Amino acid sequence: MSVNSIGDYSFDSRDKLENFHGAMLVFIQWEQHLVYCAPFAFPLPPDMLLGDVMKNIVLPAYAYHPDSEKATLEDFEKGQWLLDNKPLQADFTKSLAENGVKHQSILRVTIPGLDGLVGQGSAA
Amino acid sequence: MAITRSKPKMGIKERYASMTRDLGWETSYQPMDKVFPYDKFEGIKIHDWDAWVDPFRLTMDAYWKYQSEKERKLYAVIDSFAQNNGQMGITDARYLNAIKLFITGVSPLEYAAHRGFAFAGRHFRGVGMRVASQMQSIDELRHAQTQLHAMSHYNKFFGGMHSSHLMYDRVWYLSVPKSYFDDAMTAGPFEFLTAISFSFEYVLTNLLFVPFMSGAAHNGDMATVTFGFSAQSDESRHMTLGIEIIKFMLEQDEANLPIVQRWIDKWFWRGYRLLALVSMMMDYMLPKRVMSWREAWEIYFEEAGTALFEDLSRYGLKMPKYYEVANWEKDHLSHQVWSTFYNYAGATAFHTWMPNDNEMEWLRDKYPDSFEKHYQPRFEHFIKEQKKGNRFFNNTLPMLCQTCQIPFIFTEPGDPTTTCFRETHYKGNRYNFCSDGCKDIFEQEPEKYIQAWLPVYQIYQGNCGGKEIEDVLRWYNFNLGEDNGEYLDSPDYDLWTQWKESQSRAV
Ligand SMILES: [Fe+2]
Ligand SMILES: [Fe+2]
Repeated sequence: MSVNSIGDYSFDSRDKLENFHGAMLVFIQWEQHLVYCAPFAFPLPPDMLLGDVMKNIVLPAYAYHPDSEKATLEDFEKGQWLLDNKPLQADFTKSLAENGVKHQSILRVTIPGLDGLVGQGSAA
Repeated sequence: MAITRSKPKMGIKERYASMTRDLGWETSYQPMDKVFPYDKFEGIKIHDWDAWVDPFRLTMDAYWKYQSEKERKLYAVIDSFAQNNGQMGITDARYLNAIKLFITGVSPLEYAAHRGFAFAGRHFRGVGMRVASQMQSIDELRHAQTQLHAMSHYNKFFGGMHSSHLMYDRVWYLSVPKSYFDDAMTAGPFEFLTAISFSFEYVLTNLLFVPFMSGAAHNGDMATVTFGFSAQSDESRHMTLGIEIIKFMLEQDEANLPIVQRWIDKWFWRGYRLLALVSMMMDYMLPKRVMSWREAWEIYFEEAGTALFEDLSRYGLKMPKYYEVANWEKDHLSHQVWSTFYNYAGATAFHTWMPNDNEMEWLRDKYPDSFEKHYQPRFEHFIKEQKKGNRFFNNTLPMLCQTCQIPFIFTEPGDPTTTCFRETHYKGNRYNFCSDGCKDIFEQEPEKYIQAWLPVYQIYQGNCGGKEIEDVLRWYNFNLGEDNGEYLDSPDYDLWTQWKESQSRAV
């Protein structure tokens, strides 16, 4: 039973891929940097390079965090990545799709040594 | 012509019977199942509808009398509040941001409750339950109206209160209360009562009522206090309906137990997530605090809730699933939520600010295990930057939970530094959740939640007034620069400071 209803009941997902005009929903978080309260949601073309996403969209978005001055694009590429809870060898020269990112995927990155405002475990 | 003597007056029991059950009948032109098509599909088995009796035995004639008396008193106070410039008596204009949240996020729920109970009041085949639901339906309509009237005086002077119903339908954080209630209203009548009458009004209501009404009293808001008193006798009737409906379902058939338990699990979690908004109000928005969220949770849920479920265990009911997670979160919830609204102050119809030194001390004192370590550094950073003219505004849009629609701001149970993520797949699509509680709710009825109107994703799909954030805020009907932003930079703050200065000059 997928719903308790009085009759036939079947709907499309309101957030199906086709509704995003060629983009897909991607969620990105720099872990332990909870000055930013939640992961970002972006509509991104699947063929956009991961490096471009990071350089042009994600890093500017984190600009307010003091750690952002300390981290280069390279640091991010070498960081520890999780894609949908599985380790990812991020390749910035490849597209989101080639990196395995799908609609509604979650990308999480950690850069060892950059753990937020007051060090490991404080999450700010 | 003989004069007939009028009949002697009826006793309460007799009158209740004649004004409820005697108004119903077994239909014969149409089968009962066609007249009452919605009270079986949920799977609840009822053998004897007459076994349900309203403990208050309130009948419509008495109801009208009580309510109109209360109404007269309430409006007398509201009038004198306005005439005597009652707005000057509040502790601080920051307080009104709680009222803005109330008028946009809670009063529309009263109206939704009016609709939901009207539905229940039509569709139970038991007359006693129909009448009780109908009276509650009218109560709720009255609550919505009297709240709007009581608070409308503030709307003459302060921002964020001018379009409550439109905002309720559109604004990103108000989709949290809206989706909660829409979920309940689109269920059958038994689940609706389990959701609203029991899980919310019986189990969780003190966590809303105490902070708002005591908060109003502590902060000199006589308009809201008066409304609260006027609603109090209704609330006790509503709570009773909540506990009675649960007992009734469980006494009628053993097979009802697993269904009721599943609903209680679901609606505890949904109600608890909704109360996240209240937690920040208690700990951050009331200039004069009543008690901390943590204290309230301990008294009203950990103690009272545990005792309640011990009492209900004779029916086989257990504590709602994931209550341990909620208990753990009591040290973190309000800080995570306030931090979120501080982030997104540019896109809210109320103001946020950072706590002052005294308030920081209060927070350290009330949250010895969490505040200083995890949240104070974050807030000190905000304050430091704000003093440099660099007030933080998070200009991105957040990822949202498919069920509760709250941004992903909650952390793993036991680990306040790692964001909590859960996911599931349904018909080839991926769905993300803030918690196991929200994931479970989705998995029970995925077909319902895949339709969720998630504000951020609707913006990206182009359904919210335009591409730029400013377009969206206009579509929300925000007065930009007045309703939103930092409190210290707001017209509210300027006006309040002016008033206070002219007051002290007059003295
Ligand atoms: Fe109400
Ligand atoms: Fe959730």
